[in-house]
Amino acid sequence: MSFPWANVYKPSHPFMQWMDEKLPLPRLVYNSLGAGYPVPRNLNYFWNFGVLAGVCLMIQILTGVILAMHYSVNADSAFASTEHIMRDVNWGWMLRYAHANGASAFFVVVYIHIFRGFFYGSYKAPREMIWLLGVTIFLLMMATAFMGYVLPWGQMSFWGTQVITGLFSAIPLVGDALHQWLLGGFAPDNAALNRFFSLHFLLPFVILGVVILHVWSLHIPGSSNPTGVDVKTESDTVPFHPYYTAKDGFGLGVFLLFYCGLLFFAPNALGHPDNYIPANPLQTPAHIVPEWYFWPYYAILRAFTQNILFIPAKLMGVLAMFSSILIWFFLPWLDRSPVRSGHFRPTFRKFYWVLLVDVAVLGWCGGAPAEEPYVMISQVAAIYYFLHFLVILPVVSSIERPDPLPFSITEAVLGKDDAAALGAAA
Amino acid sequence: MVRIIAFLAGLFFAGALLYTVLLGAYSFITEPPAPTAEKWVHARFPEKELHLASDGPFGTFDNTQQLQRGFQVYTEVCSNCHSLKYVAFRDLKALGYNDDEVKAIAAKYKVPAFDPNTGEVKSNTGVAADHFPPVVYGGQGNPPDLSLITKARHGGAIYVHSLLTGFQPQPAELLKQFPEATTPTGLYFNPYFANLNIAMPPPLTADGQVSYKDGTVATKDQMAQDVSAFLVWTAEPKLGKRHQTGWAVELFLLFATVLGYMAYQNVWRDKKH
Ligand code: HEC
Ligand code: HEM
Repeated sequence: MSFPWANVYKPSHPFMQWMDEKLPLPRLVYNSLGAGYPVPRNLNYFWNFGVLAGVCLMIQILTGVILAMHYSVNADSAFASTEHIMRDVNWGWMLRYAHANGASAFFVVVYIHIFRGFFYGSYKAPREMIWLLGVTIFLLMMATAFMGYVLPWGQMSFWGTQVITGLFSAIPLVGDALHQWLLGGFAPDNAALNRFFSLHFLLPFVILGVVILHVWSLHIPGSSNPTGVDVKTESDTVPFHPYYTAKDGFGLGVFLLFYCGLLFFAPNALGHPDNYIPANPLQTPAHIVPEWYFWPYYAILRAFTQNILFIPAKLMGVLAMFSSILIWFFLPWLDRSPVRSGHFRPTFRKFYWVLLVDVAVLGWCGGAPAEEPYVMISQVAAIYYFLHFLVILPVVSSIERPDPLPFSITEAVLGKDDAAALGAAA
Repeated sequence: MVRIIAFLAGLFFAGALLYTVLLGAYSFITEPPAPTAEKWVHARFPEKELHLASDGPFGTFDNTQQLQRGFQVYTEVCSNCHSLKYVAFRDLKALGYNDDEVKAIAAKYKVPAFDPNTGEVKSNTGVAADHFPPVVYGGQGNPPDLSLITKARHGGAIYVHSLLTGFQPQPAELLKQFPEATTPTGLYFNPYFANLNIAMPPPLTADGQVSYKDGTVATKDQMAQDVSAFLVWTAEPKLGKRHQTGWAVELFLLFATVLGYMAYQNVWRDKKH
């Protein structure tokens, strides 16, 4: 959909007119990324990250498809084939580093995208579906990243697989059978490596499909904005092109500067040295840790160290870990405040920052060895995490008195300036 | 209904954790975690400083003299126990050897070759395209392949250099505090090694153990530095090219981003936002 004042696609060239009749693809692009899509004029840089996430997905697919041409899917040769890519394939080192660090960059971008949503209440009506699809994308991303990390078949690949697939054995009754079925054996080996490769190749395209749905559902209400106030008139919006194409272009440049800095100057900084040791089923690494983007969930998993009644600690850890993300699906209904933006919600805003710190603490504990005091800290942080979503958000949203909202986006943008002009004149 | 179930499940998790953390805190206070010999030693032996031409964002492998010395240390000392299987002889050209020298180096090695007709494993004289062959080791422990060692350990070359120069008698204070930490026979105390006792006998035992062709004095520390530099190269022969490419890419991106910023400002110049 769009607003009534949206520009209408009028092809002038006869070929484009012909095309528009047969297959109105240019019209679709014009209406979704072009001058035919009105967007709030007051978006800040946090609204760049959706497009950046799309770029990351493209980078991953492109580098991944080429890597797959040189990679060998076999437990005996996978590690050597990654070294072959690093040493013998033309620009292979760049492809591999681009892909490995591309995953990290993708998660950085998506985390910012999600926390933008948390702050500005982007998940609220009428954008619940965008949010639900977003959480689905995030779950798919996690599965993809995990399976990708297995492919080089280093020590962390192997032992990470052991730990993560082992989680399924915590399920009562069917757990062990399920674990073996997932792995295709009793321990990670060729069968597991082959199915993980197959899925790792497939899932990015599934993600692409869900991203298309995500953006489609975004185009129905259109983007929200930092005030959270609905678009009312034409002066509240600008056409996506050239305004946001220009801004996204600049944002892309800044992103690529950081990403290439990582890729070319510290490509192993975010990885674990143990993954440069070939997988060895007989030698357990001192600390098994996943990649940094999984640390908060890993901390929640490991926070459960005591069986309660008849429920084993491991099972609770697994359930809590999955719930910590599944809970996001309920966010539009847990936060009942009609005001979207955190700018106008003084109490909510404080808890938002506490949550951000809490997740950082969880991440820090998840990367640390499973020793005291990290375990106790992660337990306290995990308690707070669940309380935030299940108690604090619903309660705050019913008792908080929001600050007055601007009448419109235009007023929010021009009002301040007028006030400044008046002040200067006086 | 769903809301109530979700709420109760969340409270259950929080309650279980609260119980666990209280229990944990209680035992943390009543019996605090005992200090370990490893922590005691690692805190007192920070890794040694090491500066190599490959360090930093401008790092290259231009110091081929040092790399050749390191290769010599590897060949004369380490290769008795450690393989270097991801490195091919032809790669050595990057260290400044010419084709004939590379061929001569390769010819000194016997490379296993599988004959598909007879099913026999023979050994051929090495050629430039071969990789360094596996090494048979009869002693205690498993010497790891060294090709990737500087990427496979925290600290990289700094760690390898510290480890090689770190062999020493156990500090008396350590044995006083942790009598059970006495190095078992057949192992060697090394404060830089994760569990303090390594199966590798000190490989660099005397100054002048190798005689360098370029006249550099082969102190133990010099040999350790050289072989560490060499092992940075074996772990990532493309590191120099990576840095070089990186600068070109960053300069281009900086230029493009500045242009992008100007375009952005230009497009928005009379729209308040
Ligand atoms: C006499 C055989 C022998 C020689 C010679 C030798 N090593 Fe070792 N090395 C070993 C063994 C055995 C281990 C495994 C130690 C263990 O795991 O306890 C080892 C382990 C290592 C490690 C890994 C330590 C770790 O963190 O796991 C490095 C690095 C190393 N050697 C470097 C070298 C270098 C460099 C040289 C040549 C200067 C060398 N070694 C010469 C036998 C040897
Ligand atoms: C592959 C990953 C993703 C891609 C390519 C993507 C793409 C986009 C794009 C292009 C936009 C519009 C621009 C913007 O607002 O930044 C957007 C908006 C949005 N995305 Fe995503 N997204 C991804 C993942 C996610 C995830 C994981 C979530 C949440 C869990 C999410 C939630 C949202 C929401 C709520 C909006 C609307 C924001 C608003 O209008 O205020 N997205 N997404």
